[in-house]
Amino acid sequence: MTARRLDKGGRIDRSHSLKFSWDGRKIRGHAGDTLASALLANNEQILGRSFKYHRPRGIMSAGVEESGAIVTVGEGARRDANVKATTQELFDGLVATGQNAWPNVRHDAGAVSNLFSRFLVAGFYYKTFMGLPPFEWGEGTGWWMRYEKIIRRAAGMGTASREPDPDNYEHAHAFCDVLVVGAGPAGLNAALTAARAGLDVVLVEQDFEAGGDYLNQASDGSRLSELLSDLETAGVRLMTRTTAFGLYDHGTAGLLERVTNHLANPSQHMPRQRFWTLRAKQTILATGALERHVVFGNNDRPGVMTAAAARTYLNRFGVLPGEKIVISTNNDSAYIVAVDLAGSGAAVHLLDARSDIHADLAATLKGSDVHLTSGAAALNVRGNKGVSGLETALSSGMGWRQGGIEDCDLVLVSGGWSPVVNLASHRGAKPVWDGNNCCFLPGQTSEPVHMAGAAAGIWQTTACEVSGKAAGAAAANALGKSVATISMSGSAGWAHPISALYEVTVPGKKLKSFVDPQHDVTADDVRLAHREGMVSVEHLKRYTTLGMATDQGKMGNVIGMALMADALGKDISEVGTTTFRPPYTPVSLGALTGRNSGEHFRALRRTPMDRWNRDHEATMTDAGLWHRPWYFARPGETIKEAYIRETTTVRNSVGLCDVTSLGKIAVQGPDATEFLNRIYTNPFAKLAIGKARYGIMLRDDGMVMDDGTTWRLSETNYFMTTTTAHAAKVMVWLEELLHLRWPDLKVHVTSVSEQWAGCAVAGPKSRDVLAACVEDADLVSNDSLPFMGVVEARLKNGVPCRIARISFSGEMASEVYVPSDYAPAMMDLLWKAAEVLDGCLYGMEALGALRIEKGHVTGVELDGRVTIEDAGLGKMASNKKDYIGNVLRQRPDMMREDRARLVGIFPKDRSQTFNAGTILCKSDEVSGHGEGWITGVTYSPTFGHWIGIGFINGGHNAWQDKSVTVADPVRRENVDVEIVSPHMYDPDGGRHLG
Amino acid sequence: MIRIPCPYCGERDHSEFTYGGDGSITYPALDAPMADWLEAVFERENVRGLQLETWHHVMGCRMWLLVERDTMTHEIHSVRAAHTGLAAVLEEKS
Ligand SMILES: [Zn+2]
Repeated sequence: MTARRLDKGGRIDRSHSLKFSWDGRKIRGHAGDTLASALLANNEQILGRSFKYHRPRGIMSAGVEESGAIVTVGEGARRDANVKATTQELFDGLVATGQNAWPNVRHDAGAVSNLFSRFLVAGFYYKTFMGLPPFEWGEGTGWWMRYEKIIRRAAGMGTASREPDPDNYEHAHAFCDVLVVGAGPAGLNAALTAARAGLDVVLVEQDFEAGGDYLNQASDGSRLSELLSDLETAGVRLMTRTTAFGLYDHGTAGLLERVTNHLANPSQHMPRQRFWTLRAKQTILATGALERHVVFGNNDRPGVMTAAAARTYLNRFGVLPGEKIVISTNNDSAYIVAVDLAGSGAAVHLLDARSDIHADLAATLKGSDVHLTSGAAALNVRGNKGVSGLETALSSGMGWRQGGIEDCDLVLVSGGWSPVVNLASHRGAKPVWDGNNCCFLPGQTSEPVHMAGAAAGIWQTTACEVSGKAAGAAAANALGKSVATISMSGSAGWAHPISALYEVTVPGKKLKSFVDPQHDVTADDVRLAHREGMVSVEHLKRYTTLGMATDQGKMGNVIGMALMADALGKDISEVGTTTFRPPYTPVSLGALTGRNSGEHFRALRRTPMDRWNRDHEATMTDAGLWHRPWYFARPGETIKEAYIRETTTVRNSVGLCDVTSLGKIAVQGPDATEFLNRIYTNPFAKLAIGKARYGIMLRDDGMVMDDGTTWRLSETNYFMTTTTAHAAKVMVWLEELLHLRWPDLKVHVTSVSEQWAGCAVAGPKSRDVLAACVEDADLVSNDSLPFMGVVEARLKNGVPCRIARISFSGEMASEVYVPSDYAPAMMDLLWKAAEVLDGCLYGMEALGALRIEKGHVTGVELDGRVTIEDAGLGKMASNKKDYIGNVLRQRPDMMREDRARLVGIFPKDRSQTFNAGTILCKSDEVSGHGEGWITGVTYSPTFGHWIGIGFINGGHNAWQDKSVTVADPVRRENVDVEIVSPHMYDPDGGRHLG
Repeated sequence: MIRIPCPYCGERDHSEFTYGGDGSITYPALDAPMADWLEAVFERENVRGLQLETWHHVMGCRMWLLVERDTMTHEIHSVRAAHTGLAAVLEEKS
């Protein structure tokens, strides 16, 4: 192949030269080039090495179906593997390298595997390395795992960068009346017709230039410019460099816009790519068609490409891809290619597989120097790293016989056209085989999706234009506009029938013919798969990996099916169809992620006293979405020293803790009492105004959903608190019950978690702190505010508050809530009072220590598998009323005494420690799932050693005097423990009474 | 992505909603026999075709909705407020 740039012609800007690097060498192209066209203009032939056999590969197409020119673009963290050179827009400074080759694609040591190719046929790896189940399952798989690493290194594509992606990506959303996919002759006319009917139209085009097949034609481009200017006038939103990669339900389309992939120095604020979710009322698919190869010997050599690709390189990019060209076709579309190439000075020999050429068709070659041979086709390419000649085949009865040898440097192939039915297929419209057109046509769909142009099997440009207008009019009329309908129903077929041709062979000749060049699947592989019992296309795909490469079968699927049909002695329509799934072309993970990465991976919730906490030396930690104080270290203190001090201070004096993250729900209305009585296991019917009650709610199936306190503020107004972890779930649950089950109850629930900031004041001196902070100290006396009492008061700084005397720590304690904006003011006041009493601020770690000592459960214990008895709260289950979950919690299995029950855990040797998340086993049977598990551990200042909380079968009574071991094989040695009552600290509960 | 026409908010992406469950279930009374509860909670149909289901417009108006959806095609045949009283009010208004 001797390709060269012509002096004139094409849509490139010859005055604008671009420098780029290919495999370390600096070469030049022009603005308007793709990487492929620029490499071709420089006569670069070998651009890649194949997947399995490391065969040299060059440019095979001019679009997304490319299977040869697959390269790596960019360096360092921006290295992008498996880029199709045919779709990569050239820019100044672009760095591209060959892949799957060492030392480079032109001299590849891995090519030796080509010599052993008969050992590397379909299924080879599986047969050789996998075990023979069921007899050798484990062993065989083990060997496979070992070999796989080596094989994967030899076979493969490019290597992704291991560095973090330095670029930004965006998610964007849009709506429109009509989405048109594809800006070729059909799509442009469809968009224009719909827009002129007054509709909001989005037209997306994967190329960097709109025009589709107009760009490939040898014309001055005036028709295209006119259409584009009309589109602008009509207000069509044209998005180039944008791929509609998937169609989803209810008119949703996924679009990938490449914003800066083509820019040499993109500005910092620009996203590299934008991931659009577009909702359209009507969708028109004018996605065109892809030209197919024909399978023949060495049809994967550099210098073999589709006929239409050569026309694109010639007319769009001003590159003549060869001097002596043989074109092998089975249809009319290659004739114009032959004429255009001959007109640019190439010697062109056109082989038409059809024996009878209609005089009208032959006449299209008149005036050109194209030499036409009918009843002929390409048989075998000669040359190792390029094309040095072509053995031809001549029609012989139903088959072929060996012909002569053509001297040539470029072989062009047209095996027919495959409409791009992928997006319609995403919507469940099964492609239907059409024998007359030798292709799959889009299937029927009841959704508002219209097909137009070559995507619908319409081959001539003028017919495509009409088809686009017809689709535009149909979409407009479906949206209530009144546009004259244009009749254009499906494919009119070829002017002269195409001949079905998928493979060229002659008897007795051994050929290496590729069906799926990207995955190195040969025609013999397909036949082998058939011989080994694969009878369906789905088998074929999985056994040979046909169609599973990055082009997802754009190049080889139809041919593979045709060969399978031939082997089975069936028609292609009987073999099956292909289901295409999104994405049409690969979508980068960065685009899918968008801005949801790093610290923006999920939402961050800060409490209104977040700044206050941090100003007071809080070290923060994550608790669900929340940032909460973990501990408040004094200078020089470790975390352990800090939380032990904090825990001890709460037990002896007083501590303050931000509890704002607890869920808070206002339950209001005349039936609020009845509602609460139905959702909590314990009675709420007689809770007095000014009192709080600890409650447990179950799910329908009887498992514990959540716990918390609910305060009665008035006859009809309650303030419910939930755990931090389950706040959202409980809110949804209450709404569901009120809307779906008990619409007769007059209750309204409002989430007020964001509206109230809360602080726990805990410890024997907590009342002193409250008394110092409220305007009327009498309101917080033991009489006014007894255990489980609630008061609404005013702080000394005028801030209104609600206080309930409840205790999570086991000490005398209260929770004080103020409107969120007053949180720092409340903290200033409380802290001033607590500090003089030698109080402290405490965080999650001390909170955990206090509650574990006391055996109080949290969301960690209430994990959805726990019954009320399991949690040690069985006495909270009323037997005097009906409530949610009461029936199913009494299922026999849930009442079993030997279920895992809440327990406390002490190390036998008190100096030892153990971890949360570990398994509790019988000491003489440390294996399997054990007898229980540990949910929380802490150093207990009260006991002076480590303690834990968890669950074990039968509860602590069953394990008295029995030997239990904490199994922690990964992190540390196993530890022998004692199982004790979960109520380790102050079991009689006297301390919270003060 | 399916789109659900909320009677309060208009047509919205399903990502604004959470799926509830089978909307055809009448939950037993709180004191009903265990067999009734077992059936309501655990015995579910796996419908191919039109199914009545509950959805919560959790990122929108927070209304619970009854949606008739075809499980094969995702076609949505009807959407109404699950709360009978609210559904009636809406109907009166329209
Ligand atoms: Zn809504």
